[in-house]
Amino acid sequence: MKHSFDARTAVTVLLVAALLLLPLYSQLSGNVFALTLFTRIVILALAAASLNLIMGYGGMMSFGHAAYLGIGGYAVGILAQEGIGSGFIQWPVALAASALYALVIGALSLRTRGVYFIMITLAFAQMAYYVASGLARYGGDDGLTVYKRSDFAGLINLSNRTQFYYLCLACLFGVVFLIWRIVNSRFGMVVQGLRSNEQRMQAIGFPAKRYKLVCFVISGTMCGLAGALLANNTDFVSPAVMYWTRSGDLMVMVILGGMGTLFGPVIGAVVYLVLEEMLSRVTEYWALIMGPLLLLIVLFGRGGIMGLLGRFSRG
Amino acid sequence: MADPLLRVKDLVRRFGGITATDHVTLDVAQGELHAIIGPNGAGKTTLISQLTGHLMPDSGSIFLGGEDISRLAAWRRSALGLARSFQITSLLMDFTAADNVALAAQAHHGHSFSFWRNARRESGLRQAAQAALERVGLGHRADVLVSRLSHGEQRELELAVALATKPQLLLLDEPMAGLGVTESARMVKLLQELRKEVTIVLVEHDMDAVFALADRISVLVYGRVIASDVPAAIRQNEEVKRAYLGDQHVVTAHV
Repeated sequence: MKHSFDARTAVTVLLVAALLLLPLYSQLSGNVFALTLFTRIVILALAAASLNLIMGYGGMMSFGHAAYLGIGGYAVGILAQEGIGSGFIQWPVALAASALYALVIGALSLRTRGVYFIMITLAFAQMAYYVASGLARYGGDDGLTVYKRSDFAGLINLSNRTQFYYLCLACLFGVVFLIWRIVNSRFGMVVQGLRSNEQRMQAIGFPAKRYKLVCFVISGTMCGLAGALLANNTDFVSPAVMYWTRSGDLMVMVILGGMGTLFGPVIGAVVYLVLEEMLSRVTEYWALIMGPLLLLIVLFGRGGIMGLLGRFSRG
Repeated sequence: MADPLLRVKDLVRRFGGITATDHVTLDVAQGELHAIIGPNGAGKTTLISQLTGHLMPDSGSIFLGGEDISRLAAWRRSALGLARSFQITSLLMDFTAADNVALAAQAHHGHSFSFWRNARRESGLRQAAQAALERVGLGHRADVLVSRLSHGEQRELELAVALATKPQLLLLDEPMAGLGVTESARMVKLLQELRKEVTIVLVEHDMDAVFALADRISVLVYGRVIASDVPAAIRQNEEVKRAYLGDQHVVTAHV
């Protein structure tokens, strides 16, 4: 268009560049913590991006998305515990398990809509949480330590911080790219049409539920990948990753960054987690500052940070 | 003699104690423009919604081209060539006019489990959309967001969306609702063109339009069809006059 300066693009480019160069900064400044923090941020950004596919583009407010973090994580953890250390087995299993869970939960939940959909996805995630707590063989409540990270036959060493960070980043960019293709495809148009007006879409000949379910499964599978990465990052997986507050965190990241925008969830994850980190250093009661701050952004920046930037560029 | 394109037999739909559709029987011949009129609350939209599958009848059956569609989901009926416009404009407000129509074309052109190719660059869909938009006079508004179109333009877009599904039967639920005089006249002209190509069931309050357009008229009162005949006969029908007592002039004015 005619804008000489588009704030959204500028911020996105800056963010991508910063994420790419972060290990370099960490190396030069000796700030190892930055790399640790941002590895976690990148993984959760991936989870938020996957949630955005159903929430932002598909209009399905899932309040149980953290379940996939747990499923992906436990797939890696349990297989490692049982002596199967190969990532070539662990990761496909993590993705398949997440897809299967999404298929079952989606088929049941998508019969409802609105608040009921939120509640039922929440209920299923809590169920997954309690099931994981009951896995006595795999640590139960205390969680499961992953003694050895996924092994990719020398292709990439996940125990190397930098390599692992770039793997996470590649997964994030890969997923964002995939989402970009999907939302502009025929399938994506249908899903966004359903968000906008389901009755109309049925009337012009689209079986709504089928498309929503497929979208739900794609999103869950992507988040399962984040789960596999997270378990490798923390060398640990516990029921806590599936707790409803974690699902809430993911929703906040998406809304904060901008629902239905490609890079919104990534920006949301970075801002949310960096703020959390900084504020928790200042005070134990960081949530007291964080809460109102989020409220302000959501109230005044409809469409989240991306929405704010969009308005800013238009002047 | 050929079967009618649409046959409705003994259709019943109740809401609690109210019988909104009371044993409605109706035939619409191929190529006909069949108007359904009736006072407010006569059950016209309820009837249309059962025809399109947005509402399931309690009993009775609906045949389209001889096929029983009474229990089919809305999207399946659309695939069989049934299209509708909504009384209250129902479009994808955050999409452009062209996107709305292209999606309708997409629904009837191959499958939509395609995740990679950019749908907005599919020339087949875009051309179909543009053609349908031109048809209703919206060709120059293709790239405007629906929420920015005027009410009249949205009504025309409703029609373009329905047309893009290449229907055999077009169900129009008060296409004139909320239109001004000139807009209404344009819509009538448009319908006069369309009726040459497609069978139309028209629900409308605008009696001028109905009598100008219809081949046959069915009158619905309290969910029952009290008369179904050519316009001239409907005008003379005593029962119809009685039903319209309050608005009697509406019907008789055209005698």
